[in-house]
Amino acid sequence: MVPLEWYITLSTVIFIIGVIGFLIRRNIIIMLISIELMLNAVNLSLVAFSHYLQDLKGQILVIFVITVAAAEAAIGLAILVSLYRNKAVVHTDKITEMKG
Amino acid sequence: MLPQIIFGYFAIVTIVLSLVIITRKNPVHSVLWMLVLFFHIAAIYLFLNAEFIAAVQVILYAGAVLVLFLFVIMMLNLKEELSSERFIGEWPIGVALGLSILLFIFFSIAKLAPGPLGKFTIELIQKETHTKAIGKVLYTEYILPFEVASLILLIAIVGAMVLAKKRT
Amino acid sequence: MNIPLPDLTPIIPEIIMSIVTCALLTVEVFVKDKTKDFLGIICIGTALAVMYMIPMSQGVTFGGMFISDGYSSYFKFIFLISLILTILISFKFIQREDAEFGEYYSLLMFATAGMMIMASSADLILLYLGLELMALSTYILAGIKRHDTRSNEAALKYFLLGAFSSAILLFGISLTYGLTTSTNIYQIAEHLKQGETSITLLIAMIMIICAFAFKIASAPFHMWAPDVYQGAPTSVTAFFSVGPKAAGFAVIGRVFFIAFESLQMDWTAILIGLAILTMAVGNILAIVQTNMKRMLAYSSIAHAGYALLGIIAGTTEGLNAVMTYLLIYAFMNMGAFAIVILLEKGENIKDYNGLSKSHPLVAAMMLVFMFSLTGIPPTAGFIGKFNIFMAAINAGYTWVVVVAVCFSAISAYYYMRIVMNMFMKPMEAEAKIYPNPANGAALLISLLMVFIIGIMPSVVIGYTFQMFM
Repeated sequence: MVPLEWYITLSTVIFIIGVIGFLIRRNIIIMLISIELMLNAVNLSLVAFSHYLQDLKGQILVIFVITVAAAEAAIGLAILVSLYRNKAVVHTDKITEMKG
Repeated sequence: MLPQIIFGYFAIVTIVLSLVIITRKNPVHSVLWMLVLFFHIAAIYLFLNAEFIAAVQVILYAGAVLVLFLFVIMMLNLKEELSSERFIGEWPIGVALGLSILLFIFFSIAKLAPGPLGKFTIELIQKETHTKAIGKVLYTEYILPFEVASLILLIAIVGAMVLAKKRT
Repeated sequence: MNIPLPDLTPIIPEIIMSIVTCALLTVEVFVKDKTKDFLGIICIGTALAVMYMIPMSQGVTFGGMFISDGYSSYFKFIFLISLILTILISFKFIQREDAEFGEYYSLLMFATAGMMIMASSADLILLYLGLELMALSTYILAGIKRHDTRSNEAALKYFLLGAFSSAILLFGISLTYGLTTSTNIYQIAEHLKQGETSITLLIAMIMIICAFAFKIASAPFHMWAPDVYQGAPTSVTAFFSVGPKAAGFAVIGRVFFIAFESLQMDWTAILIGLAILTMAVGNILAIVQTNMKRMLAYSSIAHAGYALLGIIAGTTEGLNAVMTYLLIYAFMNMGAFAIVILLEKGENIKDYNGLSKSHPLVAAMMLVFMFSLTGIPPTAGFIGKFNIFMAAINAGYTWVVVVAVCFSAISAYYYMRIVMNMFMKPMEAEAKIYPNPANGAALLISLLMVFIIGIMPSVVIGYTFQMFM
């Protein structure tokens, strides 16, 4: 049997890759994908904990996280579309109306 | 030994795919690699006896969220985007920050002391089937979060309408 | 299988809010009225009714997942006050801004319902969903002027960083769950009392702190606040600066005082660092701002720093001081934003030059709110700060309070600069104002409360505590 630590380590690595992706990329779609990556890492650790602790709460939370992730993606992409209509960029460095 | 080898395969593929995803210049490529990644993660869920979650992962993430992403990418014009810089100028700082957090967490995971065991043993779930067991908990104990989640989905609909509608 | 219906009494306020909001969304489609004011009036009526009902609906329900006690009731009172004031200042303003959609009011209501759920949740799963309900509504509200690039930009920045922080929160929740097999904060507390603290638990706690620090706009997680406050429509900014912040404090109070009680030493140390950094960043960067909304953004960051002192104190007195402070802050900050909305051009600090000559009454009211934000007696702001500082001193954190008082003195500079501009500088151009009854009512309520709490603190604070706790 694979130990629990392996799953948690895997999940942490994916989570951190998501964090790095969010920090070093400035393409909004890739930043959104990095967030999805982080959420997937969380789901993975929750399912692993849930399996090893013989408890279903973790998997219930996973279902909610997936629901919220879908809602979040819809809203994020809607914001992107409304921005693109006015400005035609998807790069955060080019969106700098406000500074200070 | 076999479980370890299978886990090793999935672990390596997911990590490599994650790295590929965050480094692609073209978002379409990222999204398509993401699809492969989601299938691998669903396979890991199967490995953890979570069939229902695996199915939801494939149907919702691969089926709905990624299609939404692709739709939006196709709506936007990415020609200009492809010519711009891939990473921000200070990318080594971001990577260093991420790796230091990773190291910090690694140390702690070595001494992981999981909480007490619950009542849903593998045998119980297999006897009752996973979907039924989850459904029973979801619709009794967690009915309130379930209702709140329905409001969240309503907001997503309203929000998409408000934000993306053409100006009248 | 027979499933008993849970006791719904404690959750009636939230149910009413949600049902009315869903009804509003439907009704709005069928009414061909030119203005949407009636929606706002319905929302205010609902908020008042819910406020009346809160003290009557106390209890624990849904298997200990939802707790409606004095603590949550008081926070719900603050959320509803800020909702009512926001709607009052929105009426004519969103018409002027060309952002009058019926959904505007529904989203404000949904955000408030999310905050109420956050304040009442005793389960991390419910807490996460309440937080997302609030956050998703506020992302849309920030971008509701969809034809304005700055509003789009504000929504995008708020969304990206908000989603990032909620992913971090989830990782923290996941680790906590793994270490305790529980998501109920009372069960987590019980489990943590037995075992020794592990590093993993500390990491989980730090991640949860980071996520909440983002919600209350505490440094170093404040970067979004100035841009979002500046880009969002001013009425929405006013709502952001009070509601989500108070909700963040409600959750911090509940999670850290109960679930992580055994780690109090650790989180106090982290929060002291955060509080001092927050006060420094907020007060020092506010000085160099030339935009009024950005300045108020930094000022609200600084105020989050002061309020954190009450949490650091770690006592009931401290928690009560935080609650009083947030109530006072709601009135004075809403008042300041109501003035910004009242003026045709209130975005730049230059616009306030010589305001006392053209509109002495407006200038006088702004003076009161600026005095209150600085914390000068006899305004309410003084009482709020005094309570917080006293609580921290009584808990033995005198040096932190000394630092806070120093930063508070710095803050006088930028608040007084507005007053100077209004009263001392020559008038450049006649400022145009848009007076309307609703905005006037909001100003009057804020002004009265700032004075009444400032002059007779024990009466008002005692009464609200008695009502709701």
